[in-house]
This record gives sequence, C-alpha cells and structure tokens, in this order.
Amino acid sequence: MSTAETQTRQTPGEPSDGPVAGTQERRTPGLVPVTETMRTAERRPPEPPGLAQPPARLPSAFWRLLGSELGLTFRRPRNQVMLAVLASVPVLIGIGLRIASGDEAVGGLIGAVAGNSLMLTFVSFSVLVLLLMPIAVSVVGGDSIAGEAGAGTLRYLLAAPAGRTRLLVVKYLNVVVFAYAVTVVVALSALITGLILFPVGPVTLLSGSTISVADGLLRILISVGYVGAGMAALAAVAVALSTFTEVSIGAIAATMVLVIVTQVLRAIPQLEGITPYLLPTWWTRFDAVLRSPVDFANLGQGLLVFGAYILLFGSIAWARFSGKDITS
Amino acid sequence: MTVVTQEAGAPFGAAPPSGDSAIVTRGLTKRFRGGQVAVDALDLTVPRGSVFGFLGPNGSGKTTTIRMLLGLVTPTAGEYSVLGLPLADALPRVGALVEGPAFYPYLSGEANLFRFDAADPTAPGGTAKQRVGEALERVGLSAAAGKRFRNYSLGMRQRLAIAAALLGPRELLILDEPTNGLDPQGTREVRALVKEIAADGTTVFVSSHLLTEVEQMCTHAAIMRTGNLVAQGTIASLNGGLATRVRVETPDVADAARVLGTLGLADVRTPDEGAASVTAELGAQAPEDINAALVREGVAVRGLAVVRPSLEDVFVGLTGEGFDVDG
Repeated sequence: MSTAETQTRQTPGEPSDGPVAGTQERRTPGLVPVTETMRTAERRPPEPPGLAQPPARLPSAFWRLLGSELGLTFRRPRNQVMLAVLASVPVLIGIGLRIASGDEAVGGLIGAVAGNSLMLTFVSFSVLVLLLMPIAVSVVGGDSIAGEAGAGTLRYLLAAPAGRTRLLVVKYLNVVVFAYAVTVVVALSALITGLILFPVGPVTLLSGSTISVADGLLRILISVGYVGAGMAALAAVAVALSTFTEVSIGAIAATMVLVIVTQVLRAIPQLEGITPYLLPTWWTRFDAVLRSPVDFANLGQGLLVFGAYILLFGSIAWARFSGKDITS
Repeated sequence: MTVVTQEAGAPFGAAPPSGDSAIVTRGLTKRFRGGQVAVDALDLTVPRGSVFGFLGPNGSGKTTTIRMLLGLVTPTAGEYSVLGLPLADALPRVGALVEGPAFYPYLSGEANLFRFDAADPTAPGGTAKQRVGEALERVGLSAAAGKRFRNYSLGMRQRLAIAAALLGPRELLILDEPTNGLDPQGTREVRALVKEIAADGTTVFVSSHLLTEVEQMCTHAAIMRTGNLVAQGTIASLNGGLATRVRVETPDVADAARVLGTLGLADVRTPDEGAASVTAELGAQAPEDINAALVREGVAVRGLAVVRPSLEDVFVGLTGEGFDVDG
C-alpha cells in the first residue's frame, strides 16, 4: 500500500458510503474482469479511517496463549483423572508398606520407608517413573498438535493467526508444565502420605549416612526437578510425533510404544552399549540424590541427555510443523 | 512472529502489488502430493468493499484456495497478497470460516471464543471480554453463551463460527460455504448478517456452490471449475455476457417466430418440440412494442416475459455443464 493511499484513507470527514458504490458498480457492462474490476474498485470512495495501521503485536500475547493452553489442559476431565490416579498410587504404596512393616521389624527398602516418612517419595518415583508417569505425559504430549488437527481447531488457531512456531512452543511448554505437575503431584501425595503414616525424623540414606529433615526435603525438591526434566524430554518426543498425524491416539500410542521398547532394549544384556542413549536409563537416576553427598555428576549427565532429546525432537517437530499443509 | 509470513510468502519474496484490492493472486497453483492439481494458475482480484462470491462445484478448488490465502497450505507456485500486507500482519484483520465450524466440544461457546481470541497476537487480553460479548451478540448467541458447544444445534455451531470470525475489527471476512447445512431460516440469517457486515465497509469473500446464494448476496463473483478460474467480475458484468431474452407464450408458434424475426430480433428459438412458446434476444426493442407488433399480426399472445440471464445460465454458458446445486 502506498503512502498516498494511506493518507487518502485517513482523510477525516469522508463519508463512508461503500454499499452505495457497490450498487453502482453493478452497471459496469461487459464480461471479464481483472482490469475492469480493479478499475471499478478504484472508483470506490476511501474506507473509513481507523484500520490503516497494522495492529501491533503484543508482548503479553505469548503468555496469554500459554495461559489459554494451560487452562484447557488442566480443566480437561481426562487430564484431571490422570493426575488423580497418579496421586493415589503413593497412598496405596504407603498403606501397603505400613501393613507390611506392621508385623515385625523388616529391613531393606521397606524398613527404610517404614523408618522415615520422606523415603516414600523416592519409592513412589521409582515405581511410577518408568510407566505411569510417562503414560500421562504421552497422552497430553501426543494429543497436543494431533488433537487440534483432528478436531479441526488447528486451522482456526493458525488463521487467528497463532503463528506456527509460537503455537508449537506454547504447546510444548504446556506439556512441560503438565509433566512437572505430574511429578509434583506424585511427590506431594507421597510426602503427605508419608508424614501421616510414618515417623518424621533424620533420614538414613542408602549409603548408611544420616541427613536432617530439611536436607531430606531439599533432596526431594532436587529429585522433582530432575524427574520433571526427564518427563519434559519425553514430552518433546510426544509433541514431535504429534505433528505427524491428525489422529491423537496414534501419536499417544507411538510414544508409549517407544517408552516400552526402550525398556525392553535396556533389559537385553547384549545391547548394553546403547543403554546410555535411552531415556528410561536416566529417568531412574534420580536416586543420585540418595547418595552422600548428592551425586550431581550423574544428575548432570542425565540432564544433558534430556536436553539432547529436547533439542533433537524439538527440531524434528519444528521442521515438520512449520512447513506442513494443514488440510484437516 | 513472522513465521507464517515466511512460510506462505517466502517463496514469492515481496507481496505482489495489491492496489486497492483485498485479495490478489497471480498464477496461484497448488499441486498436492500425488500430482493432483487442486488449484491451477489462479488469477483472482477481489476489490475492497465488495461482497465477492467464489463460486464453483464441490471439489473445484475453492477451499484449497482459501487455505492458501490463510497460510494453512503452501502454494506450489504463484503469489498472492491479502490486504496488501505480509500475511502475518494481514491475518489479525481477517476473519475466517473454513470448511465448517470446529470448536472444543467440552467448552462453552463463550470459552471457545476466548480460546481463539487468545491465539491472536494483536488482541489485548484486557478487552477480550468485550470482543467476545460483541461477537456473540452480533450472531444472536448471547443467551447460549454458557452452553457447551457439544449441545449446540447445527445452526448455532455455524453462528458461533461466524462469531469467531468477527472477533475484533475485521477488514476482510473469508467465509467458506457459510450456509452449508443450515435450514432456510438459518440461511436467511447468515445472508442478512453478511449484508450487514458488508454495509460496515468490510470486504466479504464468500465461497459457495449455490448460484442463487451468490446472486442474492454478492456484488462480484468468480467462477471456478476443476481448479481453474472460468470468469470473474461484477455480477452485472457476468450476467451481461448473456443477452436478455424475451419469451412469448402463444399457440401460434410459427407466426410468432416469423413476427419476431421481422422485428429484427436475433436468435429466435422455439425451445421445445410442441411447446407453446418462442424466445428471442430482446436487444434494443421495448417489450411493449413487440407485444403490439404480435397482436397487430394476429398472433394470440398468452403471455410475454422478459427473461434476464441468471448466474446459472452464465455458468452453463461458460462451462457447458450443469451445476451441482444440491452439493
């Protein structure tokens, strides 16, 4: 649009009689077209001022879209049920251990938990981190793009225009927040159950040394951060798979199959060489916080692997989604 | 974020000069994987302020064209410009309804609109409530705002989709088959709404496979057939391509035809074997003079009518085939 035109449009006090002009155009005789319609179009009086300036992009818009995304995710009954199921598992484990330890003095893991309320969190993580937590993250991650595509809402989001990269980043961050919500829900449920069922006091670690309750809580916090990051890496895989289909159950199932296959591979001794490249290997390494002192080198290596997964699958997702024809 | 622009606009560099057109396409082509050409070298010009009917049978490439204009599908070749701006800047001022309504079934109509409003990077969150309220008001859904989308009737769903297209100030409205699946009452409502929106100066680009609909609503039209543009222009100019005819109903077919011939009317035809009528191009003759001449010559005139060409005649004339009216 030239400057001259813009100025004409902004001329104040110009009557806006668009429709009248429209009826006049009807008299133009002769078929065909392009030049003719352009000429008649030029005869139209300028449009009312006000829309000449492109509306500015708002910096807050990204957070508004993320807020909308989070609202959808956490108000969705399906996701609430998954969180509730995950919250109930530590309670069941706690009750089971309480009953098991009630009869007589037992050693090992049960003894450790029965002796201290904080240990239930780590036990719950080790039970859930290999299957139930990945399932929950797979469901939300696999649904992220494919679900919108399948419902047809994707075309309206992109026409809004949400922007492909912006939408993908928002979608991924949303799954990351959900992954951390899953982790926090498990930890909190385990912590509360533990505090109710088992004695509070200094924590005896796997290595035999003892730490204070405050130190124990700090280590729970570190393990939440680490396990959440592991789930965020899986979220990247799920979102990437989600950009390849319009059927969300397909992306969800594919992610779960990957989780299960990698665990099978881990169990085959001959394939020991590849285990450092598999996510589940690193998910269980949160137990580094139970060493004395905390084995940060191990955690750091795990975080590097998670970061590599996020980078790789994030790139795949972007490459696929940014050029995809949206035909659903 | 400029990503959408790059995807949709990058292959063509700068947008083509748009003049004062809401939509311009030059050689716009989409070939899907598998070689099927959905849109073939489309040159479309939609003047600002027009109500532009995008007409064609199902499968003629209308929706693919609209998807390209909205940046959903990347063209294989050609260029286009919407509102003369980079696509990412243009889209916030474009309201769209593409291939029917699509919403989150478990959310209310109002919550659905908030969702799509949040996706527009130029829409301030503070005034979202006002925009959503006005859009619902405009399509008459205020009373059902809190109802879940799942429980909406077909007509309400369509109206909600139009409400979503009307969130915020729009310069261009792209409506893909807006009356699809609506009952006659709903169809009338949508047409009234389109006229109202156009009266505010908004350009409306409406695709349809219904000729009568385009004829009633639109100032301009383009006709598509199997991915090609057959014609475009004002409705009057499209109709103008065919002559207005006069039809005489009479038992004296032969005499009537002779009289019309002597009056200098071109293309005198007796439409059907045994039909009691004759038609001819009206030309510059006044119908009353024709009637007087017929009566003077003793031809019994039962009826005399001036038949203006309809868009359907134009379509049939241009493509040599009928129109998929039922769709």
